[in-house]
Amino acid sequence: MAAKYDAIVIGGGHNGLVCAAYLAKAGRKTLVLEGRHVLGGAAVTEEVYPGFKYSVFSYVVSLFRPHIIRELNLAQHGLQLIPLECSFTPHLEGPGLVRWSEAARTRREIARLSPRDAEIQPAFSLAMTKMAFLIKNIIDNPVPDPTSLDPRELKRLADFGNHFLKLDADSFHLHSQLLTMSAVDFLSLWFESEILMAPMSVSGIIGTFLGVRSPGTAYVLLHHYMGEIDGAFRSWGFSRGGTGGLSLACARAAESLGAQIRTEAPVSHLRVQNGRTTGVVLENGDEIEARTVFSSLDPNRTFLRLVGEQHLDEEFTNQIKRYKLRGSSGKVNLALDRIPEFTCRPGIGPHLMGDLAIAPNIDYLERAYDQAKYGDFSERPYINAVFPSLVDPSVAPPGKHVMSCFVQYAPYHIKEGPEFWPQRREAFGEAVIDTLEQYAPGLRDCILHKQVLTPWDMEQMVGLSEGNIFQGELSLEQLLFQRPAPGWARYRTPIRDLWMCGSGAHPGGGIMGSPGELAAKYALQTRGV
Amino acid sequence: MPIPTPFHPRTSEFCTSLQWKEWAGYYAIRSFDVHFDREYYAFRHAAGMIDVTPLYKYDVRGPDATAYLNRIVVRNIAKLKQNQVAYLCWCDDDGKVIDDGTVTRFEEDYYRVTSTDPDFHWFLRHMRGFDVTVENITDEVAALSVQGPNSRDVLRDVCDADMDKLKFFRTTKTRVDGGIDARISRTGYTGDLGYEIWVKNDDALGLWDALMAAGEPHGLVPAGLDAMDVTRIEAGFILNGIDYFNALHSLIERRKASPYELSLGWAVHLKRDPFIGQEALRHIKKDGPPRLFVGLDIDWPSFERLFAKHGLPPEVHSGGWRTGVPIYDSGGNFIGQATSGAWSPLLKKNLALATVQAEHGHIGNTVHLEVTVEYERKTVPATIVPKPFFDPERMKA
Repeated sequence: MAAKYDAIVIGGGHNGLVCAAYLAKAGRKTLVLEGRHVLGGAAVTEEVYPGFKYSVFSYVVSLFRPHIIRELNLAQHGLQLIPLECSFTPHLEGPGLVRWSEAARTRREIARLSPRDAEIQPAFSLAMTKMAFLIKNIIDNPVPDPTSLDPRELKRLADFGNHFLKLDADSFHLHSQLLTMSAVDFLSLWFESEILMAPMSVSGIIGTFLGVRSPGTAYVLLHHYMGEIDGAFRSWGFSRGGTGGLSLACARAAESLGAQIRTEAPVSHLRVQNGRTTGVVLENGDEIEARTVFSSLDPNRTFLRLVGEQHLDEEFTNQIKRYKLRGSSGKVNLALDRIPEFTCRPGIGPHLMGDLAIAPNIDYLERAYDQAKYGDFSERPYINAVFPSLVDPSVAPPGKHVMSCFVQYAPYHIKEGPEFWPQRREAFGEAVIDTLEQYAPGLRDCILHKQVLTPWDMEQMVGLSEGNIFQGELSLEQLLFQRPAPGWARYRTPIRDLWMCGSGAHPGGGIMGSPGELAAKYALQTRGV
Repeated sequence: MPIPTPFHPRTSEFCTSLQWKEWAGYYAIRSFDVHFDREYYAFRHAAGMIDVTPLYKYDVRGPDATAYLNRIVVRNIAKLKQNQVAYLCWCDDDGKVIDDGTVTRFEEDYYRVTSTDPDFHWFLRHMRGFDVTVENITDEVAALSVQGPNSRDVLRDVCDADMDKLKFFRTTKTRVDGGIDARISRTGYTGDLGYEIWVKNDDALGLWDALMAAGEPHGLVPAGLDAMDVTRIEAGFILNGIDYFNALHSLIERRKASPYELSLGWAVHLKRDPFIGQEALRHIKKDGPPRLFVGLDIDWPSFERLFAKHGLPPEVHSGGWRTGVPIYDSGGNFIGQATSGAWSPLLKKNLALATVQAEHGHIGNTVHLEVTVEYERKTVPATIVPKPFFDPERMKA
């Protein structure tokens, strides 16, 4: 029996590391166990091809909570964020659309499509910013328990409700619309240009097995406006050295606060006795005793694999089994000899220093979803691509570049069955490159190396069940009081002393760091650890 | 009317924002883009290149050059080796700082001085009895500063000097792009790895083109003064005319400061041959400086709360600010002023440089800084923290 810990955190992704840092900061003897040789989980940088550092999975940092950066001194521990210049939507005809950080320039770009839309943007942003204040409150606090009569819970619930009651009538209706409408319908309340709405609507579907016209997809649009209310502290951009830079900063912070971190230490299962956990058993058979265990793995993996159905009641097990994962996206990482020019906007300029969306119109996006619904990957998918090396030369050799492409849809459940993904991987990668070639002819000739990741690969490599990048869909029925299961939204689990601290817990995924932070703080506050 | 620097044909071509300002009688670019973000991040993550021609430059030559300069500056430059640079200041008889700058020893009897203010008169005034010549070469030598983690890689690709052997605060002769004679010094105003390259005016455009071409694969970006100002605040560097005032330009004593009040005490070598201000500085050192130049970390949660009361997200000045604001102790008594500051996008901190009464100037002390929130004057706590705020190992490595 090895040394006894106050807490073992399973999983060295950003949430696990943030959780460990807060636990260590409170003086708890904490050990992080990561199965892979690198830290970061899905927020990881790896040199898959010599000299080129891929942000293998997640590639842009947008929602990471500013107060976590401050409280854990992450900037001092090496977190460096470089903002994205713009959002570029190339088109097969015409000059494409670039939305710049410079408002007047964006207005002129949009005016070509619709003079009316060009000027409505500020009013839209304002309305969304008001909404984002609500979200901030939700994201930065544990959710109240709506079924409890405990006075403290009732107060939390009242505080929660108060934020809504304070809304003016227009905002209240706007909120109802956001909760119920599709991204496209919601945007259509404001805008008329489909070409403008297409790249805006996709933030409602990222990581979700829904289409831009599916009800309920409007809500996630709000996340885009979170940055507005964090003021100067907003954390939006590329992490220097790739997304793994963020995780490594969290790791250094955790270590500086006294946490221990072990890599290549995969956990086989939890020790559970009389409904309570007493530590973990590693795959190599080592047992490590701990007073509490925090799992940053997804609910499916945590309960069905690490705990085991034999320790859980049937109702809970069924809830976890019904929890929607169904990954819908893939990733293609390219090492490039040079950046190809885009026909609609030649030259290698600032328009390539932000993100780039292959989302030419709404029908294109909906058609991509149509194929996925019936078990195929989209032949012409929505692609969100970035060239981080243009602003962060540290990720590629001088003059060479990295291209990171997020691709949707790539459903985990292809019709042949997910285990057949390896046979379809090559075709999937080709579909992505073919699609990009239409806009940037010559791309194929620039490619030195490619890494194609299907949802199956994500499950195999970093343990994201069904390849869901958020450890469970961010659809309304799986958020707030019900993430991951009704009654278990406060990081506790049916197993005593086992806590959830990953994206499968409130408030969800998107490199926020919040689940890790809130789990640690809540457990400490309730003397759970 | 300002005059263009020799780089003007290139800088004006790239400066799409048309945001210029006057710097020492020259046209200087504030930022090339409408927002200076890209230039700032280039300084910190790749490399930025800025035209620093307007810095005043004086060449000092002659058998007495060392003794002469040692008479004027506070630091003992007799210790300088050839091709070594020293940062220092010079004072009046009362030990109050006139200006800060660098002295580079190119050869045994050949130095170059750089200054922020036009101090040629001061150097001319103290020549009597020394066998030296002092030449104002400000308008004859053009200079570019290449700063940032990739700056060495850029220069390595375009210079014949061994960049890996050029140490911090050293200089070397080199040939750029096979044909341009230049001097490189490993110095700068960003607190990062960086170099300044000096050429004759006629070679300016050739230098610019060579560096831009070599810099492309390393992410080199032309940068303006707004981006550099944020980096110099992160580095905790003082600026003459903003954080302190030239003693020769100050009508009242309160505006004058000794090196000990500007965190420059380390550069004062008292135990040596006489220099201007030496006796006064001895007394100031013995009595202790009445004020200290400090770094402030402005408490963000308090700052955020002031805005939240109005339902607003916290707003910071875009870029560096240099409108002095008062500082109070916890009792509301005036104890000093913050003279410049900036939100550091890199450190995620709201920073300021300030002069406070010595008894309030210890590290860790909390002072109260005036801020204006929604047109109302408030105060926000700030902690005195060590400078520099940002101090990467690569700067000296």
